[in-house]
Amino acid sequence: MSVPLTLLGLLEREPSHGYDLKRDYDAYFGRGKPLPFGQVYATLGRLARDGMVEPQDAEPGAGPDRKRYAITSIGVTEVEAWLAEPAEAEPHLQTVLFAKVVLALMLGRSAEGYLDIQRAAHLQRMRELTEIKRKGSLVDVLLADHGLFHLEADLRWIDMTSARLNALAEMVRGA
Amino acid sequence: MSAAIPPVAAGRSDRLVEARNVYRSFGQTPALRGASLSVARGEILAIMGPSGSGKSTLLHCLAGIFTPDSGEVWFDGRRLDELSDTKRTELRRTAFGFVFQFGQLVPELSTADNIALPLLLNKVSRRTAYKKAHDWLERLGLGDLAARRTGELSGGQAQRVALARALVAQPKLLFADEPTGSLDSLASEMVMDLLVSLAREEGTTVVLVTHDARVAAYADREVMVRDGKVTTLSAAEVVR
Repeated sequence: MSVPLTLLGLLEREPSHGYDLKRDYDAYFGRGKPLPFGQVYATLGRLARDGMVEPQDAEPGAGPDRKRYAITSIGVTEVEAWLAEPAEAEPHLQTVLFAKVVLALMLGRSAEGYLDIQRAAHLQRMRELTEIKRKGSLVDVLLADHGLFHLEADLRWIDMTSARLNALAEMVRGA
Repeated sequence: MSAAIPPVAAGRSDRLVEARNVYRSFGQTPALRGASLSVARGEILAIMGPSGSGKSTLLHCLAGIFTPDSGEVWFDGRRLDELSDTKRTELRRTAFGFVFQFGQLVPELSTADNIALPLLLNKVSRRTAYKKAHDWLERLGLGDLAARRTGELSGGQAQRVALARALVAQPKLLFADEPTGSLDSLASEMVMDLLVSLAREEGTTVVLVTHDARVAAYADREVMVRDGKVTTLSAAEVVR
């Protein structure tokens, strides 16, 4: 998650104070990891330095943190480019899972036992996310869905690897 | 990891249904090879496993639809596998509810007729049966579909009606075999939400067969069936 670009995107809706930006960021994107105020203002400072936002007149009696920030045309272009760019598809294999399976086979230990334990851990997490979905807001539902689909993909890999363990064991031990 | 002693959820000792070392073959093909399983009262258990692993055969044995070649099936303190066909049929009608992948509703009958059917078969008066059917339709948000033939319902609506039909007679145990298998993701989610909520409200024990991990995640606990045997997947094993 790019904090600067997300804040920039929030600013494209309308000029806002740091406080409002933090509130909206936490509501939609923070989910258990709220953005520190210090980071909000430091980020706004850097965005202003780079010409992507500009502070507007401070409100009467207000300190620096009462400044309202507005996005510039450079900032809008930056947000547009970011939104149009696909996020990188997961480039790496589940290296920890894979390494554990291969090592277990090399060492003559139970790779199937490991996969069972991993499957149980994944299912436990899926149960927790399902409970969040059942009780949460639509934002919670969407975020939990994201986690569930990724865990489901891992589970498919675990099932497929379970089915291929004998062949993998032969390859690993023959190497 | 398959157990001779039926695995039961940690902290639960009040077993409602149990399979002990069950074997079942179809011709020369073994489907269950020493399957043992125990489900506590009020528990929602998911039975998972690849196609052909024996999970549906296990469900059918637990429900008294199949009798095991050997081994025991217990329900509520009684040997189910030793009951006569008539007694097992009666038990299925009075104590069990069923939901399958395709609702198996009677398409020529209305939704209210379908839901009232198990009550009418149990000799409940027509007036009471239809009152309960309409109450269930209201509860499921399908009140305006009471007169609609079930053949005209969407997949999700039909499964909700199937759920009501399965629960209207207040069974102790609900068997659900791939209950969302024919539904899209959103309809599937709605049916599972409903199934879990209703089971909790009614205190119904649920045995759910599914190959879908996202469906299994609605359960309290999962077991895997592999090569006709049951493997437990408990949180305790993860912590260990």
